[in-house]
Amino acid sequence: MTQIIYQRSKGLKDVETHYCPGCHHGIIHKLIAEVLVEMDLLDTAVGVSPVGCSVLAGNYLDCDFVEAAHGRAPAVATGIKRVLPNHLVFTYQGDGDLASIGAGEIVHATARGEHFTTIFINNAIYGMTGGQMAPTTLLGQKTTTSQSGRDPLLHGRPVRMAEMLSTLDGMAYCERVTAANMPELNKAKRAIKKAFTLQMQGIGHTFVEVLSACPTNWGMSPADASAWVKSTMSQVYPLGVKKDITAEEKP
Amino acid sequence: MKPEVIFNLNRCKGCGLCVSVCPRKILKLDTSVTNIKGYHPSVISDQSQCIACGSCARVCPDSVITVLKHEEDT
Ligand SMILES: Cc1ncc(C[n+]2csc(CCOP(=O)(O)OP(=O)(O)O)c2C)c(N)n1
Ligand code: SF4
Ligand code: SF4
Ligand code: SF4
Repeated sequence: MTQIIYQRSKGLKDVETHYCPGCHHGIIHKLIAEVLVEMDLLDTAVGVSPVGCSVLAGNYLDCDFVEAAHGRAPAVATGIKRVLPNHLVFTYQGDGDLASIGAGEIVHATARGEHFTTIFINNAIYGMTGGQMAPTTLLGQKTTTSQSGRDPLLHGRPVRMAEMLSTLDGMAYCERVTAANMPELNKAKRAIKKAFTLQMQGIGHTFVEVLSACPTNWGMSPADASAWVKSTMSQVYPLGVKKDITAEEKP
Repeated sequence: MKPEVIFNLNRCKGCGLCVSVCPRKILKLDTSVTNIKGYHPSVISDQSQCIACGSCARVCPDSVITVLKHEEDT
Protein backbone atom coordinates (compact mmCIF):
# COMPACT_ATOMS: atom_id res chain seq x y z
CA MET A 1 0.00 0.00 0.00
CA THR A 2 1.28 3.48 -0.83
CA GLN A 3 0.44 6.49 1.27
CA ILE A 4 0.65 9.98 -0.26
CA ILE A 5 2.39 12.25 2.25
CA TYR A 6 2.32 15.27 -0.07
CA GLN A 7 1.46 15.90 -3.68
CA ARG A 8 0.76 19.05 -5.69
CA SER A 9 -2.60 20.52 -4.65
CA LYS A 10 -5.56 20.00 -6.99
CA GLY A 11 -6.45 23.61 -6.19
CA LEU A 12 -3.59 24.77 -8.41
CA LYS A 13 -3.63 24.79 -12.19
CA ASP A 14 -0.90 22.62 -13.70
CA VAL A 15 1.24 25.54 -14.86
CA GLU A 16 4.55 27.11 -13.88
CA THR A 17 4.47 30.37 -11.93
CA HIS A 18 6.43 33.46 -12.98
CA TYR A 19 7.61 34.06 -9.39
CA CYS A 20 11.31 34.30 -8.57
CA PRO A 21 13.03 31.30 -6.95
CA GLY A 22 12.02 31.01 -3.28
CA CYS A 23 9.33 33.71 -3.43
CA HIS A 24 6.71 33.19 -0.72
CA HIS A 25 3.84 34.07 -3.08
CA GLY A 26 4.14 30.51 -4.39
CA ILE A 27 3.98 29.00 -0.89
CA ILE A 28 0.95 31.07 0.11
CA HIS A 29 -0.87 30.23 -3.14
CA LYS A 30 -0.38 26.57 -2.21
CA LEU A 31 -1.83 27.06 1.29
CA ILE A 32 -4.91 28.81 -0.13
CA ALA A 33 -5.32 26.07 -2.76
CA GLU A 34 -5.09 23.33 -0.10
CA VAL A 35 -7.68 25.05 2.11
CA LEU A 36 -10.09 25.57 -0.81
CA VAL A 37 -9.84 21.86 -1.65
CA GLU A 38 -10.26 20.77 1.99
CA MET A 39 -13.33 23.00 2.38
CA ASP A 40 -14.73 21.88 -1.00
CA LEU A 41 -14.97 25.51 -2.16
CA LEU A 42 -12.83 25.36 -5.30
CA ASP A 43 -15.84 25.44 -7.65
CA THR A 44 -17.58 28.37 -5.97
CA ALA A 45 -14.85 30.60 -4.50
CA VAL A 46 -14.03 33.93 -6.14
CA GLY A 47 -10.60 35.53 -5.66
CA VAL A 48 -9.64 39.12 -6.39
CA SER A 49 -6.01 39.71 -7.38
CA PRO A 50 -4.04 42.93 -6.95
CA VAL A 51 -1.54 44.96 -8.90
CA GLY A 52 1.90 43.69 -7.93
CA CYS A 53 3.85 40.49 -8.48
CA SER A 54 0.73 38.43 -7.70
CA VAL A 55 -1.37 40.13 -10.40
CA LEU A 56 -1.60 36.76 -12.17
CA ALA A 57 -2.69 34.78 -9.06
CA GLY A 58 -5.81 33.79 -11.01
CA ASN A 59 -3.63 31.98 -13.55
CA TYR A 60 -2.36 29.71 -10.78
CA LEU A 61 -5.21 29.14 -8.32
CA ASP A 62 -7.90 27.02 -9.96
CA CYS A 63 -10.95 29.03 -8.84
CA ASP A 64 -12.70 32.06 -10.36
CA PHE A 65 -10.70 35.28 -10.23
CA VAL A 66 -11.19 38.96 -10.96
CA GLU A 67 -8.25 41.37 -11.30
CA ALA A 68 -8.75 44.72 -9.57
CA ALA A 69 -7.17 48.11 -10.20
CA HIS A 70 -4.22 48.99 -7.91
CA GLY A 71 -5.41 48.90 -4.26
CA ARG A 72 -9.07 48.52 -5.21
CA ALA A 73 -9.49 44.81 -4.50
CA PRO A 74 -11.60 45.48 -1.35
CA ALA A 75 -14.13 47.47 -3.39
CA VAL A 76 -14.35 44.78 -6.06
CA ALA A 77 -14.68 42.04 -3.41
CA THR A 78 -17.38 44.07 -1.64
CA GLY A 79 -19.46 44.06 -4.82
CA ILE A 80 -18.95 40.37 -5.53
CA LYS A 81 -19.70 39.25 -1.95
CA ARG A 82 -22.87 41.36 -1.76
CA VAL A 83 -24.19 39.87 -5.02
CA LEU A 84 -23.01 36.31 -4.21
CA PRO A 85 -23.30 36.11 -0.41
CA ASN A 86 -23.10 32.30 -0.37
CA HIS A 87 -19.80 32.20 -2.22
CA LEU A 88 -16.42 32.42 -0.53
CA VAL A 89 -14.83 35.69 -1.68
CA PHE A 90 -11.23 36.62 -0.90
CA THR A 91 -8.74 39.26 -1.94
CA TYR A 92 -5.00 38.68 -2.27
CA GLN A 93 -3.05 41.93 -1.91
CA GLY A 94 0.57 42.98 -1.48
CA ASP A 95 1.71 45.67 0.94
CA GLY A 96 2.23 48.27 -1.77
CA ASP A 97 -1.27 47.51 -3.02
CA LEU A 98 -3.07 47.33 0.36
CA ALA A 99 -1.08 49.56 2.73
CA SER A 100 -0.13 52.32 0.30
CA ILE A 101 -2.28 53.21 -2.72
CA GLY A 102 -5.19 51.10 -1.39
CA ALA A 103 -5.02 52.07 2.30
CA GLY A 104 -8.33 53.95 2.21
CA GLU A 105 -10.12 51.06 0.51
CA ILE A 106 -9.21 48.45 3.11
CA VAL A 107 -9.95 50.79 6.03
CA HIS A 108 -13.50 51.41 4.87
CA ALA A 109 -14.21 47.84 3.72
CA THR A 110 -13.15 46.71 7.21
CA ALA A 111 -15.13 49.48 8.91
CA ARG A 112 -18.20 48.35 6.99
CA GLY A 113 -17.51 44.79 8.14
CA GLU A 114 -17.62 43.47 4.59
CA HIS A 115 -18.00 39.69 4.65
CA PHE A 116 -15.01 38.75 2.49
CA THR A 117 -11.53 37.64 3.56
CA THR A 118 -8.35 39.61 2.93
CA ILE A 119 -5.08 37.72 2.45
CA PHE A 120 -2.45 40.46 2.91
CA ILE A 121 1.07 39.64 1.72
CA ASN A 122 3.51 41.86 3.60
CA ASN A 123 7.02 41.57 2.12
CA ALA A 124 8.14 45.02 3.28
CA ILE A 125 8.88 46.20 -0.27
CA TYR A 126 7.42 46.85 -3.73
CA GLY A 127 8.42 43.65 -5.52
CA MET A 128 7.04 44.03 -9.02
CA THR A 129 8.40 47.50 -9.74
CA GLY A 130 11.95 46.75 -8.63
CA GLY A 131 12.29 47.02 -4.86
CA GLN A 132 11.10 50.49 -3.86
CA MET A 133 10.30 51.38 -0.23
CA ALA A 134 6.79 50.45 0.95
CA PRO A 135 4.86 51.80 3.96
CA THR A 136 5.82 48.48 5.60
CA THR A 137 9.60 48.76 4.97
CA LEU A 138 11.54 48.36 8.22
CA LEU A 139 13.55 51.23 9.71
CA GLY A 140 17.09 50.99 8.36
CA GLN A 141 16.05 48.62 5.55
CA LYS A 142 17.72 49.44 2.25
CA THR A 143 15.54 49.69 -0.84
CA THR A 144 16.05 51.38 -4.21
CA THR A 145 14.31 54.50 -2.86
CA SER A 146 15.91 54.39 0.61
CA GLN A 147 19.47 53.53 -0.29
CA SER A 148 20.92 54.47 3.09
CA GLY A 149 18.14 52.59 4.87
CA ARG A 150 14.66 53.80 5.83
CA ASP A 151 15.03 56.95 7.93
CA PRO A 152 12.11 57.68 10.29
CA LEU A 153 12.57 61.46 9.98
CA LEU A 154 12.63 61.40 6.22
CA HIS A 155 10.34 58.46 5.39
CA GLY A 156 8.16 57.85 8.42
CA ARG A 157 7.76 54.58 10.28
CA PRO A 158 6.42 51.10 9.37
CA VAL A 159 2.63 50.72 9.27
CA ARG A 160 1.13 47.77 11.17
CA MET A 161 -2.02 47.08 9.16
CA ALA A 162 -3.27 44.10 11.20
CA GLU A 163 -3.18 46.05 14.49
CA MET A 164 -4.57 49.22 12.92
CA LEU A 165 -7.51 47.49 11.24
CA SER A 166 -8.28 45.45 14.36
CA THR A 167 -9.37 48.66 16.11
CA LEU A 168 -12.31 48.85 13.71
CA ASP A 169 -15.62 47.34 14.85
CA GLY A 170 -16.17 45.66 11.47
CA MET A 171 -13.13 43.39 11.94
CA ALA A 172 -14.20 39.95 13.19
CA TYR A 173 -10.97 37.96 12.93
CA CYS A 174 -7.45 39.17 12.28
CA GLU A 175 -4.23 37.17 12.55
CA ARG A 176 -0.62 37.75 11.45
CA VAL A 177 1.26 34.64 10.30
CA THR A 178 4.23 33.64 8.14
CA ALA A 179 5.26 30.65 6.03
CA ALA A 180 8.95 31.21 6.84
CA ASN A 181 9.43 27.87 8.61
CA MET A 182 7.49 24.62 9.03
CA PRO A 183 5.67 25.28 12.35
CA GLU A 184 4.70 28.78 11.21
CA LEU A 185 3.61 27.45 7.81
CA ASN A 186 1.20 25.09 9.56
CA LYS A 187 -0.19 27.97 11.63
CA ALA A 188 -0.57 30.09 8.50
CA LYS A 189 -2.68 27.41 6.85
CA ARG A 190 -4.86 27.09 9.97
CA ALA A 191 -5.37 30.88 10.03
CA ILE A 192 -6.48 30.93 6.38
CA LYS A 193 -8.87 28.06 7.04
CA LYS A 194 -10.29 29.78 10.12
CA ALA A 195 -10.77 33.06 8.24
CA PHE A 196 -12.58 31.28 5.40
CA THR A 197 -14.72 29.31 7.87
CA LEU A 198 -15.72 32.45 9.79
CA GLN A 199 -16.44 34.28 6.53
CA MET A 200 -19.03 31.64 5.66
CA GLN A 201 -20.66 32.32 9.07
CA GLY A 202 -21.08 35.95 8.01
CA ILE A 203 -19.75 37.57 11.18
CA GLY A 204 -17.72 40.42 9.69
CA HIS A 205 -14.43 41.09 7.98
CA THR A 206 -11.72 38.41 8.22
CA PHE A 207 -8.06 39.30 7.61
CA VAL A 208 -4.85 37.28 7.49
CA GLU A 209 -1.54 39.15 7.18
CA VAL A 210 1.29 36.91 5.96
CA LEU A 211 4.88 38.11 6.53
CA SER A 212 6.59 37.05 3.32
CA ALA A 213 10.02 37.01 1.73
CA CYS A 214 11.02 38.79 -1.48
CA PRO A 215 14.52 37.28 -1.83
CA THR A 216 15.16 39.07 -5.14
CA ASN A 217 14.61 42.63 -3.96
CA TRP A 218 15.98 42.01 -0.49
CA GLY A 219 19.22 40.75 -2.11
CA MET A 220 19.23 37.58 -0.02
CA SER A 221 19.22 33.86 -0.73
CA PRO A 222 15.73 32.33 -0.29
CA ALA A 223 16.81 30.49 2.89
CA ASP A 224 18.36 33.66 4.39
CA ALA A 225 15.27 35.67 3.42
CA SER A 226 12.98 33.17 5.16
CA ALA A 227 15.19 33.30 8.26
CA TRP A 228 15.13 37.14 8.20
CA VAL A 229 11.32 37.13 8.19
CA LYS A 230 11.34 35.18 11.45
CA SER A 231 14.34 36.82 13.13
CA THR A 232 13.87 40.47 12.17
CA MET A 233 10.58 41.22 10.43
CA SER A 234 8.45 39.49 13.06
CA GLN A 235 10.03 41.73 15.74
CA VAL A 236 8.44 44.75 14.07
CA TYR A 237 5.31 42.85 13.04
CA PRO A 238 4.51 40.46 15.90
CA LEU A 239 2.87 37.21 14.86
CA GLY A 240 -0.40 36.02 16.39
CA VAL A 241 -4.12 36.66 16.64
CA LYS A 242 -4.88 40.40 16.78
CA LYS A 243 -8.66 40.05 17.08
CA ASP A 244 -11.17 37.21 17.26
CA ILE A 245 -14.73 38.09 18.21
CA THR A 246 -15.57 34.37 18.40
CA ALA A 247 -12.98 33.68 21.11
CA GLU A 248 -14.49 33.08 24.53
CA GLU A 249 -14.26 36.01 26.94
CA LYS A 250 -11.52 35.50 29.52
CA PRO A 251 -13.04 35.20 33.02
CA MET B 1 8.00 1.72 5.57
CA LYS B 2 9.85 2.91 2.46
CA PRO B 3 9.70 6.63 1.72
CA GLU B 4 10.01 7.92 -1.83
CA VAL B 5 10.74 11.53 -2.79
CA ILE B 6 9.95 12.40 -6.41
CA PHE B 7 11.02 15.63 -8.16
CA ASN B 8 9.36 17.28 -11.16
CA LEU B 9 12.85 18.20 -12.37
CA ASN B 10 12.01 20.88 -14.92
CA ARG B 11 9.73 22.83 -12.55
CA CYS B 12 12.51 23.29 -9.97
CA LYS B 13 13.91 26.82 -9.59
CA GLY B 14 16.85 25.77 -7.44
CA CYS B 15 15.76 28.01 -4.57
CA GLY B 16 17.05 25.61 -1.92
CA LEU B 17 14.15 26.05 0.52
CA CYS B 18 13.58 22.28 0.55
CA VAL B 19 17.27 21.80 1.32
CA SER B 20 17.03 24.23 4.26
CA VAL B 21 14.00 22.55 5.91
CA CYS B 22 14.95 18.87 5.55
CA PRO B 23 15.55 17.54 9.08
CA ARG B 24 17.80 14.75 7.75
CA LYS B 25 19.94 17.09 5.58
CA ILE B 26 19.73 14.69 2.64
CA LEU B 27 18.72 17.19 -0.06
CA LYS B 28 21.12 19.31 -2.12
CA LEU B 29 21.17 21.34 -5.30
CA ASP B 30 22.89 19.27 -7.99
CA THR B 31 25.40 21.59 -9.63
CA SER B 32 26.25 18.92 -12.19
CA VAL B 33 22.76 19.21 -13.69
CA THR B 34 21.05 22.21 -15.32
CA ASN B 35 17.32 21.85 -15.93
CA ILE B 36 15.25 23.29 -18.77
CA LYS B 37 14.75 26.54 -16.82
CA GLY B 38 18.49 26.93 -16.31
CA TYR B 39 18.57 26.07 -12.60
CA HIS B 40 20.51 23.47 -10.64
CA PRO B 41 17.68 21.26 -9.37
CA SER B 42 17.22 19.73 -5.95
CA VAL B 43 18.10 16.05 -5.57
CA ILE B 44 18.01 13.53 -2.73
CA SER B 45 21.35 11.99 -1.80
CA ASP B 46 20.21 9.10 0.39
CA GLN B 47 16.61 7.97 0.04
CA SER B 48 17.03 5.45 2.88
CA GLN B 49 17.61 8.29 5.38
CA CYS B 50 14.28 9.96 4.53
CA ILE B 51 11.60 9.90 7.24
CA ALA B 52 8.79 10.97 4.86
CA CYS B 53 8.01 14.04 6.95
CA GLY B 54 6.89 15.90 3.80
CA SER B 55 8.50 19.20 4.86
CA CYS B 56 10.46 19.61 1.62
CA ALA B 57 7.31 19.14 -0.46
CA ARG B 58 5.16 21.41 1.66
CA VAL B 59 7.58 24.34 1.62
CA CYS B 60 8.40 24.14 -2.12
CA PRO B 61 6.88 27.27 -3.71
CA ASP B 62 6.68 25.47 -7.05
CA SER B 63 5.15 22.15 -5.95
CA VAL B 64 8.08 20.26 -7.44
CA ILE B 65 8.14 17.49 -4.84
CA THR B 66 5.87 14.51 -4.17
CA VAL B 67 6.51 12.44 -1.04
CA LEU B 68 5.19 8.87 -0.84
CA LYS B 69 5.37 6.20 1.82
CA HIS B 70 5.29 2.59 0.65
CA GLU B 71 4.18 0.17 3.34
CA GLU B 72 5.89 -3.19 3.09
CA ASP B 73 3.39 -6.04 2.72
CA THR B 74 3.22 -8.31 5.76
C1 LIG C 1 -2.11 53.30 -10.42
C2 LIG C 1 -0.78 52.63 -10.38
N1 LIG C 1 0.23 53.17 -9.69
C3 LIG C 1 1.42 52.55 -9.63
C4 LIG C 1 1.65 51.37 -10.28
C5 LIG C 1 3.01 50.72 -10.23
N2 LIG C 1 3.04 49.53 -9.36
C6 LIG C 1 2.88 48.30 -9.84
S1 LIG C 1 2.99 47.11 -8.68
C7 LIG C 1 3.25 48.27 -7.46
C8 LIG C 1 3.48 47.85 -6.02
C9 LIG C 1 3.75 46.42 -5.83
O1 LIG C 1 4.13 46.11 -4.51
P1 LIG C 1 3.32 45.15 -3.56
O2 LIG C 1 1.89 45.51 -3.53
O3 LIG C 1 4.04 45.18 -2.25
O4 LIG C 1 3.38 43.72 -4.24
P2 LIG C 1 4.62 42.77 -4.57
O5 LIG C 1 4.98 43.08 -5.99
O6 LIG C 1 5.70 43.07 -3.58
O7 LIG C 1 4.06 41.40 -4.41
C10 LIG C 1 3.25 49.55 -8.01
C11 LIG C 1 3.48 50.78 -7.21
C12 LIG C 1 0.56 50.84 -11.02
N3 LIG C 1 0.66 49.66 -11.66
N4 LIG C 1 -0.64 51.47 -11.05
S1 SF4 D 1 10.14 40.36 -7.02
FE1 SF4 D 1 9.92 39.59 -4.93
S2 SF4 D 1 7.68 39.39 -4.59
FE2 SF4 D 1 8.05 39.57 -6.81
S3 SF4 D 1 8.16 37.44 -7.56
FE3 SF4 D 1 10.27 38.11 -7.15
S4 SF4 D 1 10.67 37.47 -5.03
FE4 SF4 D 1 8.44 37.41 -5.33
S1 SF4 E 1 10.38 14.04 3.34
FE1 SF4 E 1 11.43 15.03 5.08
S2 SF4 E 1 13.24 13.75 5.46
FE2 SF4 E 1 12.47 13.18 3.43
S3 SF4 E 1 13.67 14.47 2.01
FE3 SF4 E 1 11.76 15.59 2.48
S4 SF4 E 1 12.26 16.94 4.21
FE4 SF4 E 1 13.90 15.38 4.07
S1 SF4 F 1 12.00 24.12 -2.85
FE1 SF4 F 1 11.21 23.36 -4.84
S2 SF4 F 1 11.93 24.86 -6.36
FE2 SF4 F 1 13.13 25.20 -4.50
S3 SF4 F 1 14.98 23.91 -4.80
FE3 SF4 F 1 13.51 22.65 -3.67
S4 SF4 F 1 12.40 21.50 -5.25
FE4 SF4 F 1 13.45 23.20 -6.29
